Order: sequence, then structure tokens, then C-alpha cells
Amino acid sequence: MESYTVAALRGVSLEIGSGEFVAVMGPSGSGKSTFMNLLGCLDSPSGGSYFLAGEKVSELSGDALAEIRNRCIGFVFQNFNLLPRTSALENVGLPLLYSRCPAEERRQRAMQRLAEVGLAERAHHQPSQLSGGQQQRVAIARALVNNPVLILADEPTGALDTRTSFELMGLLQQLNRGGMTVVLVTHERDIAAFASRIVSFRDGHVVDDQRVAQPADARQLLREFDKVAA
Amino acid sequence: MTWLASIGIALRALRVNKLRSSLTMLGIIIGVAAVITMIGVGTGAQARVEEQIKALGSNLIMLLPGSVTSGGARMGAGSRNTLTEDDSYAIQREIREVEAAAPQLRGTGQVVAGNNNWSTVFYGVTPEHFEVRNWVIASGKGFDAADLAGSAKVALLGETVVRNLFGDGDPVGQVIRIRKVPFVVIGTLGRKGQSLLGQDQDDVILMPISTARNRVLGGSIARQRTVGSVFVKIREDADTSEAESQIRNLLRQRHRLQQGQEDDFTLRNLSEVLQAQEQSSRIMTLLLAAVASVSLLVGGIGIMNIMLVSVTERTREIGLRMAVGARGRDILMQFLVEAVTLALIGGLLGIVLGVGGSYAIGHFAEWRTEINLQAIALAVGFAAAIGIFFGFYPARKASRLLPIEALRYE
Repeated sequence: MESYTVAALRGVSLEIGSGEFVAVMGPSGSGKSTFMNLLGCLDSPSGGSYFLAGEKVSELSGDALAEIRNRCIGFVFQNFNLLPRTSALENVGLPLLYSRCPAEERRQRAMQRLAEVGLAERAHHQPSQLSGGQQQRVAIARALVNNPVLILADEPTGALDTRTSFELMGLLQQLNRGGMTVVLVTHERDIAAFASRIVSFRDGHVVDDQRVAQPADARQLLREFDKVAA
Repeated sequence: MTWLASIGIALRALRVNKLRSSLTMLGIIIGVAAVITMIGVGTGAQARVEEQIKALGSNLIMLLPGSVTSGGARMGAGSRNTLTEDDSYAIQREIREVEAAAPQLRGTGQVVAGNNNWSTVFYGVTPEHFEVRNWVIASGKGFDAADLAGSAKVALLGETVVRNLFGDGDPVGQVIRIRKVPFVVIGTLGRKGQSLLGQDQDDVILMPISTARNRVLGGSIARQRTVGSVFVKIREDADTSEAESQIRNLLRQRHRLQQGQEDDFTLRNLSEVLQAQEQSSRIMTLLLAAVASVSLLVGGIGIMNIMLVSVTERTREIGLRMAVGARGRDILMQFLVEAVTLALIGGLLGIVLGVGGSYAIGHFAEWRTEINLQAIALAVGFAAAIGIFFGFYPARKASRLLPIEALRYE
């Protein structure tokens, strides 16, 4: 069987500033996943370069990339990706384990982040004892625990219902207002509307890059939702 | 990632799936237990042989009339009545290397005491016999040259005979009838236990050889000076092979054997026989351990199997760990430590089971077993090595996963 190379991304040149809230959109095969993997240092480009917070990370070794991910990137996945049968506290502290953080400090910092996302009382619950929204919030706390430069969210609301999606996007917007850079992949226009910049991919190229003057306010939408539901 | 942290992660991961961990360890547990029990049984058998050797004393030679090829006649039953009491005295007297020589005449018969009777073996012996064959006089006394000269009807009883004729009572001074001949019991013999062939060495009566010849056995035996066997004890500091050739030469001379004629007697070095047995029980131990080791190997393969399955099942988890900063090395360490931890815990449990099994066998089968510390250390080391060896491939496989692919894995 012949093997052939797929050029997932061609000639993509993009700059994302600190504190931006970017939504990345595009159909499957558009290259958006490859783009996210590059952004998250899970992959290296075959050509070109990638600078993260001023550091050229595109030619780093696997081990070095792991360290960059640990220090600089917080991942949030569609299916949460929490360790099963492990407490929320331990889940949040996982990145700290790999940055050789001592146990007591790990516990404290994890606890702090859990409190920030409003789940302090559930610190010792396991994922099976948490709702979808709560699990995703634990995932966000985990993403934040090592003070990253960037939060990368891959369809974070994909497994959540409408109301919980509003809650979650509200949390992301809150973090962004506090200065955190957020890059979000989604195929839903409604979710992308919460971002202040929408980048669209097609066939490996960026076909659109728009700033959104008035992004939707997730807290507002939540209040409206509750009013209607009541 | 410190060692302790790795062990912590590994233990946590093992605890998460207790059932799977337990089943995986089962192979190692059984393997280690088998090795320890088998070595225990083997070592116990060896120790028993060594004990017998020690009890025998060093360098004991047994002389039998008749050559090996003719089947070794005893008790003068065959036509070859070639070994005599005087041969024995000559050996003791003339050969420097010999410490003592004890002739022996064997008979069997019914023994009666009061209302009890018992069928047993009796030996006609000389006073040297006690020292040469390591018999301890438990109560009463032995017989002396005067008893020998006068064919006195005195006897010493072994423990089994005492128990069957007198129960708990003291037999010394009592009268018994051996083949209807009345004897006075003048002493009892200390316990010897079972021989290596499984015979009860305490089911025996000792009397002066002259008494046996003249008063009990009768018939043609009485008219000759033949004996059933002669036991020769070689001096501690003497060269055994030199002594053996001296004895052989002396006997050939006395029996007027020509050059080229076969020996009309058989010379057996009992210590060598026992040493050969010790050797074979050592080999048996090794064989048993080898067989048991096969089960240990199977246990290791079991670990590898489960680790591979575990790696596949936890592909997403590995991807996640890598995404949050685990290097390939960290993943390798984690899974390797998991495998070794499984193997070591299994090993420790196997030791407990093995030691218990050794005791159980020792108790129920009444075989002697010994707990060999060396074997235990070996088994633990082996278990750890198995963990490392069989855990390495799955661990390496895990560490080589690409985070993107791992995260995408269904």
C-alpha cells in the first residue's frame, strides 16, 4: 500500500495576543485540529516556526515540549479526560506531580483552584460522583493549576447541555476578563459567539479572521435561560 | 519524578483496579510459593540424609559374605559361608587404620513376655558393636566379654520391642523368651528412628553373638564361626581407601584367594552410599526448584499480558498525562514500577504461602521440611527481576505513545 503525506496545514501564519479570546472554527479535515495540536505543543510543524510567549518551541525535543506543556498550557477536552476513581483534588494536582511539586504544596494549590471554580466542597469526590458540568470545571481547575500562558479548549461544551454550556462559557469568559488567553475550538456558531475573535479554517488554510466587537455575554444568557425555564 | 512519587502513582493505579491486580499477582504468588515449598521439601530431605550420615559416624564399612554377583548371601543361607567371626577379630587386630570391627549374626523370631508377644529381628553382636553402630544404652547396661565367653542369655531391647512387650513398664530384669529360649533383659537401647529405607531401627534385640550362635540359631550355624556381616569403623585420621585395600588384602589372604580369583566377600563403604544419596537428594531439590520456577515464569508472562492490556486500556489516560507534562521517561517509570510492585507484592504473598505450605507438608505428610532463607531471598529477587523484565516491554510501549494519537484513542 502506498503511503502519502497529507498537508494538514498550508502556509498558516497567525498571531494571537496575550489576553485574547479566540474561537477556531472549520469543518472536519480543515486543519483546525492540527492547528490546535501545534498550538498546544503536542506536535511540531514540518516547516515554519512557532513562538510561544516569546520562546521558539517548534524545534524542541519531545521531553522539552512536555515541559512546555506542563508550565505553559492548560488543556480542556470535550470528554473531560479526568482520571477515573481518583479524587477531584488529585485530578487537579496532576500537572503539579510532573513539575515535581511536593505533596503538601500540590494539595494546597489544587484546593485553591477548585475553590476558584466553585467546587471546594467536592474536592474528594470522584468523577463518577460529579455531573458533566462539574467534571468540566474540575478539568478547568486542572488546566489552571500550573499558571499557564494559554488555555486550549477543544469543544469544551460538546458533552454538556445548554444551561451547563452557558455556565462553562461564563467561567471561561470570567477567566479571560482576568487576563487569561483562551483559544477555543468549536463547530457551533453559538459557542464561537462568546469569543472576541473568530478564526475559520478550510482545507488547511485560514479563510477568515474576524474580530467580534460585542461578544455574547454568557452570564446574561444564563440569567435569561433561567427566567424562561422558571 | 522522584522514586517515591513514582511508587505512589503506581500503588494508586494498582489500587484503582484491585481485582485485576490480584489476578495478575496470582501467577507470581503461586510461582514463588511453589519454589519455596519445593526447596523446603528438598532441603529437608537433604538435611535428613546429612543427619543420618552424622549419626553413622564417619567412614563405616560393611562387609558381607559372598560376592555381589552371586547375590550376597547372608546368614549362611547360601553355600558361600565365607565371612567368619575370626575374620572380624583379625581385621581389628592387624589393620592399623581400623578402630574397631564388629561382627553380626542376624536372626528373626517370636519374642514372648508375659501375655505379650512380638515378632522381631535379633542380632548376635560383640561389645564393640555399640560403639561401631552408634547404639546408646538408654537404661540398664550392655554385655561384656564374660557374657560373650559364657554365651550368657542376656539381651538389650530396642524401643519398639519394649513398647510392644512391656508398654510403659521397665523391662530391665524381666525374663523374655526369644524363640522359646529364656533371656534376661539387661538393658534398653536409645532411639534411632526410621532408617532412610523406611525401616524401624528400634524394632530390634541385641544379644551376645555366641549366645545367638549357640543357644538360639542352632543347626549348622552353631558348628561354624560364620557371621552375616561385619561392620568396620575406620579411624578418623586414616585414609579410607588405604584402609579398604588393607581389609581386602587381609581377607583375600585369610580366605586363600589366588590372584585373579574374585573376592568371596563384598565391601561397602556406607558413608559413600549415604553421600551418594545426599547428592541425589540435592539434585532432586534442584529439579523441583526448576519445575517450580517454570510456574514463576508463567506468572511473569501473566504480568506482561495484563500490563499490555492495561496499557491499551489506559491509552487515553497516558495521552492525558503526556498532555499535562509527563515525559516518555515518566510514563515508562510509572508502568515499570507498577509491574515491579505487582511482582514484589505477589512475591511477598508467595513467601507467606510457601512458608505455610512447607509447614503444612511437614505436618501432614510427615516429611521433614526446612525453611531456607537463601531460597526466600532468591525467590524475592527473582520475582522483582520478573517484574522488571516482563514489565519493561509494556512500559516502553506506553512511553512511546504519541500524545495526540493517545488522546484520540477510542
